[in-house]
Amino acid sequence: MGSLQKYYKQSATYKICSGIFNEFATFLDTLGKITENGIEVIKCILKGEINFKELSDQCYRFGITSLPITLSIVGMTSIIVASQVALEMVKQGGSNFVGLLMTVLIVREVGVIMSGFAIISMIGSSLASEIATMRVTEQIDAIEVLKINPIRYLFVPRVLSGIIMMPPIVIIASTVGVIAGAVTSNLTSGLSYRAFFDSAWLGIYMKDLGVCLLKAVFFGGTIALISCSSGYYAQGGAKGVGLATNKAVVWSFVAIVIWDMIFAIAFFF
Amino acid sequence: MSIEVRNLIKTFDDKRIIDDISFKVNNGETLAIVGFSGSGKSTVLKLICGLWTPDSGEIITTPGDIAMVFQYSALFDSLNVEDNIAFALHERKDLRKKYTEKEIRKIVKEKLELVGLKGIEKKYPSELSGGMQKRVSFARAIVTEPNSILYDEPTAGLDPISSTLIEDYIVRLKEETHAASIVVTHQMSTITRTADRIIMLYQGKIVFEGTPEQMLRQDNEYTKQFVTASLEGPMKIISDN
Repeated sequence: MGSLQKYYKQSATYKICSGIFNEFATFLDTLGKITENGIEVIKCILKGEINFKELSDQCYRFGITSLPITLSIVGMTSIIVASQVALEMVKQGGSNFVGLLMTVLIVREVGVIMSGFAIISMIGSSLASEIATMRVTEQIDAIEVLKINPIRYLFVPRVLSGIIMMPPIVIIASTVGVIAGAVTSNLTSGLSYRAFFDSAWLGIYMKDLGVCLLKAVFFGGTIALISCSSGYYAQGGAKGVGLATNKAVVWSFVAIVIWDMIFAIAFFF
Repeated sequence: MSIEVRNLIKTFDDKRIIDDISFKVNNGETLAIVGFSGSGKSTVLKLICGLWTPDSGEIITTPGDIAMVFQYSALFDSLNVEDNIAFALHERKDLRKKYTEKEIRKIVKEKLELVGLKGIEKKYPSELSGGMQKRVSFARAIVTEPNSILYDEPTAGLDPISSTLIEDYIVRLKEETHAASIVVTHQMSTITRTADRIIMLYQGKIVFEGTPEQMLRQDNEYTKQFVTASLEGPMKIISDN
């Protein structure tokens, strides 16, 4: 019986099945920890346990330092999309709809999701590596020994800064995106700015702006929460910091795409 | 009594790191926990200060704070020395409203002077030497007036003169605070200069308990091997893995 078990454990089937099971267990474990930390953050916020100095530092980091990259990414995406569609639409007699299409696309999707990707690469990775370094150098242990709640000190200002700063980032980025779309349409197809903006207003409703800002709030909070959690459970030395950063980026990317899908189904299906 | 450990057991991945150990440390006394690397010394400290939970056994401490000085200081590198030392006073619920900013600055200055430092309040940890970082971490540890202080390898990686200085401050802090202290170390000078009593761990068990003088007499085969740094003896430095 023992040798049969040993033989079975060496088989490819067993290795594949146990690998899949372990991955699934790790996935559930990570999801559970992120949820647990999220609940703790909400509790702290509701109790008013907020370090405002730390919050203002994190808002500066989240909002100001990420802005150049976010604006570049959203602006360039708009230029790419406009250069592909503007000329074709004008040729097909759809010049009255170029501004509408571009604005709806940017306000509903491109502005917020590309800003999310930019924030993950700029801020999410840096949050995860910062907190992971604090973990592996025992700084988080020191916080706990001093009887201070590390979730309150580390997570609350970072998650709150994500929630507060993401909407203005998305508004600025979307505005830049629409302007970039108008300029590109004008340069590639000769479409006037007046024609572009006249049609732009036709397709945009308050609901679009509201959903866009709500998405920004969820994206900002989720990116910060996942990044902090990934760093918080880092183990080992430099390798552990690298793995935590990698995990933060991958999980955040997947999470905001899932959020985006949920919002699309809930509001536009 | 300030710290009492009874029948402590801790297991990691089916391997018993701490195997049923018991000891007491009284106020104003320093206990050194010695042993080879991987014998479970630092685990004991992390269990006492509550970072880890034991599988079984009891840890009884007199009510109040337990401070810990970490092996690599664990200073917050984004904060300057003053904010590092005042961290608990700024962030802890029960201390936050107890002192004004002026009082906090005064306390920080006093604690820094106690560890022989002054005028470095605005410096960042990266601007300090290893010995200075260690002394700042001492100041941070005692800012909450703890009744127990745990030192994890306080002199590891320091030159002999800095080690002597740190050892003197361990003794001085004990005299000033009358705290129960536990020093985890494998450095002979730290053992002889700071400890009132010693316990030696091997494979998670206590294999010697006594005074530094008894240890140096080498009556016990474990202490004999440790003091003479011999490869021959009951302790084998071979990984079980």
